[in-house]
Amino acid sequence: MRNKDIGPAAPSREGRSGGLLPFLRRVPLFSGIILAVFVIVGILGPVMTPHNPIKSNIRKALVPPYWMKGGDSDYILGTDHLGRDMLSRIISGTRLSLIIGFVAVVLSGLVGTVVALTSGYYGGWTDRILMRLTDTVISMPFLVVALVFAAVLGPSVANLILILSIVGWAGYARVLRSEVLSIKEADYVKLAKVAGCSSATILRRHIFPNTVNTLIVLATLQLGVIIIAEASLSFLGLGIPPPQPAWGLMVAQGRLYITRAPWLCLFPGLAIMFIVLACNLLGDWLRVRLDPKFRQI
Amino acid sequence: MQQYIAKRIVESIVTVLIVSVVVFLFVRMSGDPRLLLLPPEASDEDWDAMGKLLGLEKPILLQYWNFLSGAIRGDMGRSIYWHEPALSVFASRFPNSLQLAVSSFGFSICIGLVVGILSAVKLGTWFDHFGKIFALLGQSLPTFWVGIMLVFMFSVRLDWLPTSGMGGPQHLVLPAFTLGWYFIAAQARLTRSSMLDVLDAEYIKLARIKGVPESLVILKHALKNALLPVFTMSALNFVTLLGGAVVTEVVFAWPGVGRLVVDSIFARDYPVVQVCVLIFSVLFVATNLMVDILYAYIDPRIRYQ
Repeated sequence: MRNKDIGPAAPSREGRSGGLLPFLRRVPLFSGIILAVFVIVGILGPVMTPHNPIKSNIRKALVPPYWMKGGDSDYILGTDHLGRDMLSRIISGTRLSLIIGFVAVVLSGLVGTVVALTSGYYGGWTDRILMRLTDTVISMPFLVVALVFAAVLGPSVANLILILSIVGWAGYARVLRSEVLSIKEADYVKLAKVAGCSSATILRRHIFPNTVNTLIVLATLQLGVIIIAEASLSFLGLGIPPPQPAWGLMVAQGRLYITRAPWLCLFPGLAIMFIVLACNLLGDWLRVRLDPKFRQI
Repeated sequence: MQQYIAKRIVESIVTVLIVSVVVFLFVRMSGDPRLLLLPPEASDEDWDAMGKLLGLEKPILLQYWNFLSGAIRGDMGRSIYWHEPALSVFASRFPNSLQLAVSSFGFSICIGLVVGILSAVKLGTWFDHFGKIFALLGQSLPTFWVGIMLVFMFSVRLDWLPTSGMGGPQHLVLPAFTLGWYFIAAQARLTRSSMLDVLDAEYIKLARIKGVPESLVILKHALKNALLPVFTMSALNFVTLLGGAVVTEVVFAWPGVGRLVVDSIFARDYPVVQVCVLIFSVLFVATNLMVDILYAYIDPRIRYQ
């Protein structure tokens, strides 16, 4: 009995035990395939859509998915309240979500990394000022600030990217700065200083490359967060303007028909779920793989 | 230690000041407030008089100073829509948000702790996997969609719970779970990893070798030490729950601050938006500060420069 109890406490941790989930964490097959499918669908979007995602056809309104009673095999996932094909709308929504997600993640990652490097490396007043700015962004309610910006700037894809980057960089800056602080103390950085390297060279050649692993993990997890944030803004009516087929907007519109046509809400939500799930799984996998310090699994 | 606390207090004050600048600039960015306050046919004299009343002709720094000193005195301007002081509009909604946040917090702490502890103790079993999937879903599902789907399942189809609004405890179940799922997940994951770290420690092995019953080892020796990071995180989570309920409150037509913010943004009622953002940011900063100070007292292992 006692032996059995000691077992779990031994440092076996992840990956050794069998089962489906450990396997999925060991190989990012599941998340990799899902993300690859979404990226391909996002790139090929307009070629793949069976119908025009924006053109309405009132006579075909609220057709259920084809496996349900009254379904039409022409519209596999059914149609919405204006007779637009759900599958086509979800496919073209993929491109919007991915573009906004990727660009916002790259932009906020860029700003966050630059802030972290300057702040962590130079220290002193630069550090103090930049960290207070970071704290400010972190302490303000994320979605509310994004909503205010969206209302002030007006809804458009470019503005949405800008807004999500403005509220998203602080997380990177916080984590990467502490990383920079510890790397700065390493012997190879001191040696580089003694050898006469300039600050720019040290930052570029010796410090930045050592933060890349963390940066990749953060960016992967952030992609999911940004996609949900964008969907939430669109759901609240301050994200992507209609008639563009944003997933959040589709859920908001479908909500009015929830009793008669639940598929209007169901499918766009599932699309969001799968892509964010894949990001989170991949992020977790990378975290374990790239940085053994993170053990919060 | 005193030096560390003093440093953290100064930092927090500076952060709050920057927040106040940003909140002040919100209104500047959105254009001349007179456009909202005055009818289009207002005369030039009215326009100038209103500008004087609002102090718009003064230099911007002086305007900010007036805003800040007003905020400290509790005067945050009047709501354009409600024709009441913005602060009292906020205060009338705040208890509702608090009620939702407290129940949601209760949900997430109870379920999160239990799932986290059991997952750590029963590492690698089906329960652990179930806990992980539950946590993963909680962190991957968009709140608004969870809310709508729960309403569809439990209100429309099964007719067990009301769809929206405030009322008895049955009105709280769906919104509290919707809001809390993400935090249940966060709580469960942190509890699990924290428990795993502690269960590895020498004193746990010693307790087991001494023959302490397993349940006592887990609940007394391990859990007590594993809870510290869990509680620090949950303090911040609570504030996030309070300020982050926007989507949930909209989906369930909950008359809290989150919905007030959205309505005010749509109505361009910026004084109310200012109050909400400022108060939630201050709450967050203050909680963070208290957690850091508590940590410094509770955990002597932490050394500060």
